Amino acid sequence: MSTSASSRADGWLRRAAQAMLAPVLAVALAMVVGDLLILTYGESPATVYHLLLEGTWGNWYGFGQVLYKTMTLTCTGLAFAYAGRAGLFNVGAEGQLAAGGFAAALLGLWLPAATPAVLAILLCIAAAMAAGGAAGAVPGVLRARFGASEVIVTIMLNFILLALLNYAVASHLSVPETLHTEEMRAGFVPRLGETFAVFAGSAANWTIVIAVVAAVFAWWKLFRTRSGYELRAVGLQPDAAEYGGIPVPRTWFRAMVWSGAFAGLGGINFVLGYKHYYEEGFAAGSGFLGIAVALVGRNHPIGIVISALLFATLSQGGLAVNALVPKQLVDILQAVVILAVATAVPEVQRLLRKSAAALLPSATSEAGT
Amino acid sequence: MAVRMSQVSKRFGAVQANRDVTLEVASGEIHALVGENGAGKSTLMHILSGLHAPSGGRVEVLGRDVTGWDTNAAIDAGVGMVHQHFMLVPTLTVAENLVLGREPTRGLQLDEARAVADVRALAERTGLRVDPTRTVAELSVGEAQRVEILKVLYRGARILILDEPTAVLSPPEVDDLWTVLRGLRAQGDTIIIITHKLDEVVAISDAITVMRDGRSIARFATADTTPRDIARAMVGRDVVLALDVKHAAAVSSRVRTDGPAALAVRDLSVRGDRGTRAIEQLSFAVQPGEILGIAGVEGNGQTELLEVIAGLRRADRGTVHIGGQDVSLLTVRARSDAGLSHIPEDRHRRGLVLDYTVAENLLLGRQHHFASKLGTLDHDKIARHAEHQVKTFDIRPPDPSLPARALSGGNQQKVVIAREMGRAFTVLLAAQPTRGVDVGAIEFIHARLRAARDAGKGVLLVSADLAEVLALSDRIAVMYEGRVVCLLAAAQCSAERLGPFMTGAEHAVAS
Amino acid sequence: MIMLAFLLQTIRIAIPYLLAAAGGVMSERVGVIALGLEGMMLAGAFGAVLGSYYGGSAWIGVLCAMAAGLFVASLLALCTLRFRANQVVVGIAINLLVIGATRFFLRLAFDSASNSPRVDGFGGEGSGMGVMASFSNPLVWLGLVSLPALWWLLWRTPFGLRARAVGEKPEAAATLGVHVGALRLRGVLLCGVLASLGGAYLALDQHQFTDSMTAGRGFIALAAIIFGRWMPLRVAAACLLFAAAETLQIQLQGFQLVPSQFVELIPYVLTIVALAGVVGKSVPPAALGKVE
Repeated sequence: MSTSASSRADGWLRRAAQAMLAPVLAVALAMVVGDLLILTYGESPATVYHLLLEGTWGNWYGFGQVLYKTMTLTCTGLAFAYAGRAGLFNVGAEGQLAAGGFAAALLGLWLPAATPAVLAILLCIAAAMAAGGAAGAVPGVLRARFGASEVIVTIMLNFILLALLNYAVASHLSVPETLHTEEMRAGFVPRLGETFAVFAGSAANWTIVIAVVAAVFAWWKLFRTRSGYELRAVGLQPDAAEYGGIPVPRTWFRAMVWSGAFAGLGGINFVLGYKHYYEEGFAAGSGFLGIAVALVGRNHPIGIVISALLFATLSQGGLAVNALVPKQLVDILQAVVILAVATAVPEVQRLLRKSAAALLPSATSEAGT
Repeated sequence: MAVRMSQVSKRFGAVQANRDVTLEVASGEIHALVGENGAGKSTLMHILSGLHAPSGGRVEVLGRDVTGWDTNAAIDAGVGMVHQHFMLVPTLTVAENLVLGREPTRGLQLDEARAVADVRALAERTGLRVDPTRTVAELSVGEAQRVEILKVLYRGARILILDEPTAVLSPPEVDDLWTVLRGLRAQGDTIIIITHKLDEVVAISDAITVMRDGRSIARFATADTTPRDIARAMVGRDVVLALDVKHAAAVSSRVRTDGPAALAVRDLSVRGDRGTRAIEQLSFAVQPGEILGIAGVEGNGQTELLEVIAGLRRADRGTVHIGGQDVSLLTVRARSDAGLSHIPEDRHRRGLVLDYTVAENLLLGRQHHFASKLGTLDHDKIARHAEHQVKTFDIRPPDPSLPARALSGGNQQKVVIAREMGRAFTVLLAAQPTRGVDVGAIEFIHARLRAARDAGKGVLLVSADLAEVLALSDRIAVMYEGRVVCLLAAAQCSAERLGPFMTGAEHAVAS
Repeated sequence: MIMLAFLLQTIRIAIPYLLAAAGGVMSERVGVIALGLEGMMLAGAFGAVLGSYYGGSAWIGVLCAMAAGLFVASLLALCTLRFRANQVVVGIAINLLVIGATRFFLRLAFDSASNSPRVDGFGGEGSGMGVMASFSNPLVWLGLVSLPALWWLLWRTPFGLRARAVGEKPEAAATLGVHVGALRLRGVLLCGVLASLGGAYLALDQHQFTDSMTAGRGFIALAAIIFGRWMPLRVAAACLLFAAAETLQIQLQGFQLVPSQFVELIPYVLTIVALAGVVGKSVPPAALGKVE
């Protein structure tokens, strides 16, 4: 019994190490590209990277900003990963995130100021997830019923949602001369700075805990429940899932709804935790960056939290080095990481499979005639 | 001699697909290459058409040594193969499919008019009539096949290889094909046709080479032989699987016919993937305590039958009952709960999620029995279940946390068997249960199937391996073109008796 | 006269769509998803301005734009064709990469975070031709002929026949000796060149590069491809339709009949409707996105 437990632990470690291989290679490649780009500005890579770390993990304010960005990226990363586990590409986190933030802000505006804080926060969270989920349901139902590519539908829906939200804010809800709504009356989540003075001034707030809870929840749902078991089976082998009595289209639909809900949840970071209103473009780019987060986190909720921290560090670090090289250096690095992971993962998997096959010749001796 | 292959061998890793095969085909003859599934016929023809290089031996075409040539060289020398699976672009027209890669041009442009005219002339000359301007997607299966043959002829082939050309054709389409092939022969072309349907062999061929287990067994002149001789050479087992009387007696007392049938199928009609009828008005019943074996060449409706019974495909007409309960409208899961177990024919595609662990695979289809009301999976129960099943069914290595992908074929199949047989069930669909499995696992699986029968379960065994069907079944039905053409007690069956039914040489006998 | 002005403005707006959509049809017809159009256009716009500013001629700008588009397309081809990375992910990453890279090099080349200095473009403004000035720009003519030319290429030449076969059933093409990989590479590279010319037109027409100036035009081109069902002439019609809607919106801005945001949404909504198959389903090439 104990040997099997230890071999299981070994297996887990080995799998984790194998899963890490491609992302680590990708980050290394991005660093090399970064070096070259820094050199074009005549700066020393070491200085720039040092400054980047200094401005993020080197002081409490910077670290607070990293935590703030980690929250949203965790949510959009979870969104991409959750759909990805079902074999779908949700490229619509950008719009779902905005829809979630908008719904939370709208509810916060509407709720009476006297609403008990916990209730107000829970209601706003529910509103954010429901709005994101509804935005995810559209591509979900189009895929499940009509076989429409969820990639294209989510991309197009991003433009539609953002335009509609912008219209609603600009024409009906905004404070004059601004692009944001009025401040909410209820549903505030306190900033970390109010509890830990060192974070004072940074946008970091307690919604980061909610993001971590969401990651744990996603992990539990994917790996500890029947629906997660079915969802992953659909993603890995739809024919086997169908044989196992799993309704494939319905599973796709549910996966897209949950995926959208995770993205929508990310909207509360800015709205409940930071500014307390909805503002046009409040988290522009975070939706697409969620793809990077999920890829590097290998679609695993725990990996995603860590990877969100990495990408948040890069984002914030870009600001820190802006004096030496443009902060867009980081945008390039992020894109290089996505390209490298997307390229390395199938390659690494092929290599691993080849080496595994070499170890277990019996498993592959079935070549037919 | 148009083709002379001598001592040809071919290995794929550990599998010896061909060994010391001899094939001689005279110019201007139609030569049938016959044998059971996996006898090595397709591999041999892939070598001849340049798709594979042989591991040993010599290949001569029209007296020239061409051993190890590639497809382009083969095409240039006039050897063309029509593959079993259509290789046509459905959105292009017939003419476009034909000229693809060798387009006639006028300046920079594709000369569409000439392509159409050339194709029309070729179709006229060969009798393979098909309108060159139609889109391939609109064609019937028979027409698509004509296009495939035209494609080879357009490239100048004088030696044609046809791999199971009639597998997807209806009888009148088959007759048309024979007319065309005879016409080509009359023009001096040489044709090699792979088949395992004996009626076809007799109808069309001039000479026959029989293959078995990767070897060439016999060469006949068609005029001097009978279907029974050919069948004997094809099946070839000297062992006569005569069941003794005691066993037959045991059969009758074990099978229970007082209660409802374990599985009853009535008047089932099903459309196949191509819209043609895959199953026609099929009815049969499996009683508790009996193994009903379905023999037959693959592609005669077995897959569709299994999928309909399992709930994976809709029937056009007819009903399915399990243990007396009508399950015709139920989902896959509800049928499973009604007592249906299913060993699917393709374990890599359907039977296993290869990246799931053994433990996870052991609950596929039963996952709702391992979850709490809240939907949480009970991991202790799953682990206990897995440990127990791994032990009971001797799955090796005995580690439920390994991904199914890492197991050998036999042990992968044991996982499927453990899942489907390690629980309460009324009827078991066992499709190709020992395909790609080592000898030890075959024995184990056969023992399990007999044990299930003895425990009063109904078993529907579908296998392309006739010996397996003969060894295990109490009754045997032969499926041919979507119908049961013969249903006999196993004691009355032998390979010699069933062969003619499987190959369509004889029709409709029911006991 | 109003009609003429409307028509001319529609064409001006449509040119980048037409060029990018032509590239996208080429790419998707050989089986490679054209999600990177936006990035290729933006790279083209930047290349055009860089070339004309430092080379002193719009023609050099166009050459640089094509080089930039080729570079981006090669990167995409390397990841998706050589290493078989997922085409959706790579396409999106390409877009992010180009947005970041153009900003990064904008500062290096022009020391500005938002826009380049003015470049001359193809001129014609001072010639008294008014709104007709646009037509002295060769890219306008190229844009107008791009999709009809592509139609000719795909439906009237051996290359086109092979390309369509490869995007539909590559294994069938391969058995007939068609080199699938090489054909796909050519399709993707041609896509890069055409899309970059769309970007170049945009930048030279506005006489400068501004940050993220393509502003989603690559995706509108993609919408036109889907709405036009991957048929070049229908796609061209879709591009013109989308451009006409935009023109209408601009010209009616004073009237406030419909909120302008809603007019912008027409391409996206039509695409979703087309994919859902409400009126005749839009079916992509069968092998799209599948590289084995």
